[in-house]
Amino acid sequence: MGNELILKVRNLNVRLDHQSIIENLSFEVKKGEVLTILGPNGAGKSVLLKTLIGLLPYKGEIEWAKELKIGYVPQRLPFIKDIPLNIRDFFSLKGSPERETEAILNSVGFKQDFSRKKIGDLSSGQFQRILIAWGLVGKPQVLLFDEPTTGVDISAEETIYNLLAGLKEERDLTILLVTHDLSVVYKFSTDVICLNRQPICYGPPQEVLTPESLQKLYGGEVKYYQHKH
Amino acid sequence: MDNQFLLSLIVGICVGGAAGFLGSLMLGRRMALVAGPLGHLTLPGIALALMYGFDVSLGAFPFVIFGIVLIWLFEMRTKLPMEALTAVVFASGVAIAFLLLPIKQAEAVLVGDITKVSFVEAAVSVILILLLFFVVKKIYSKIVLINISEELAKSEKIDIRKYNLIYLGSIAIIVALGVKMVGGLLTAALVAIPASAARNLSRNLAQYAFGAMIIGGLSSSLGILTFKLTGFPAGPLIILASTLIFLISLIFKR
Repeated sequence: MGNELILKVRNLNVRLDHQSIIENLSFEVKKGEVLTILGPNGAGKSVLLKTLIGLLPYKGEIEWAKELKIGYVPQRLPFIKDIPLNIRDFFSLKGSPERETEAILNSVGFKQDFSRKKIGDLSSGQFQRILIAWGLVGKPQVLLFDEPTTGVDISAEETIYNLLAGLKEERDLTILLVTHDLSVVYKFSTDVICLNRQPICYGPPQEVLTPESLQKLYGGEVKYYQHKH
Repeated sequence: MDNQFLLSLIVGICVGGAAGFLGSLMLGRRMALVAGPLGHLTLPGIALALMYGFDVSLGAFPFVIFGIVLIWLFEMRTKLPMEALTAVVFASGVAIAFLLLPIKQAEAVLVGDITKVSFVEAAVSVILILLLFFVVKKIYSKIVLINISEELAKSEKIDIRKYNLIYLGSIAIIVALGVKMVGGLLTAALVAIPASAARNLSRNLAQYAFGAMIIGGLSSSLGILTFKLTGFPAGPLIILASTLIFLISLIFKR
């Protein structure tokens, strides 16, 4: 693998329950890039992230650079509120020592002693920031985010993306991000994959996100998206 | 205080405490209900043990293992809901037990009896409980993460099969020991109620886990003491003691 190449994917095919979810997907990620995976609901975006970190069976090639630390931030954790956890507990599940936990919480904008707060008492925006912070435990070089702003109001969404951009600079991160939000793609990404089971476009967003490719990606929904942003 | 009573009390506190501790893990993924069908499934084993005069937990254990395999098959191989398993296993466990056992002898099967526990039985139980405690403590944070999200756990390179196996094995041991104390019908309560009460009272994981353990041990000792005073069977009294603590916990819910 080349010097700066972090991930190489060739002819990736994923089938789940006898159904084809991702077909013939190929792409590369270089160090320091932000790759967004854009597509409508059910397009296979989350499946792609999960496949990349080895959670799902696949055919084809997935090659990560050697000795790479990867942080994964899932979309939702519906069962977490069943257990009385404070933030410090949640971080210790990943083996994060108290001092590291405090430092990371600080870097995502939480004040000292916030770590004693119960997860169940957090707002959805706060919880998303906690998830991002959790992904940073162990100093990963690559972060994988599955829709980091699901269920978060617009002002909190803004905060989260600004936070991600800041963290990327600060920690020299490479980021793979799943989203269905076009504005995010233009603001943050170096490259974008349009995915609707099959790859529809791939490259720098200014070049590949044409009205035609978006039409193909979202079908009738495309007008709505363009007006919104 | 006579020796027999002291032995019962020691075993009761150990089993109750460990059941509470393990129960705090089981509450997370709705597993507490699983202890129910597992307990019911031990009924024929307890019946056999009573008929042929060997240890109740020993009789229960192979049936629990059978139940664990059933759950594993249900979970992995079919998409049937857990309620279906409960219904099937509950009914067949009880039915077989009553085929085997004259109804007059059924009390120990249904509601347990540790008030006649022998020294050897007590020693074996306590040693098993200590081992179990260390194993559960060791796997605790891994199982919590698996309960929160299997994917997240996998992304942390946790071997889910391995930990689930140790976890289910621990459940099997606690159910086998629990049936001796509270009988085949009440084992679910032994793991579920102390953990539920602890959840009401705790603001972090340590308070929850050790709170459940303390409430489990406390309920057992209260139940056994009340048995000594009233002569009612100890098993149901233990469960009612934990229910009382649960009700009190509702007042102080955090």
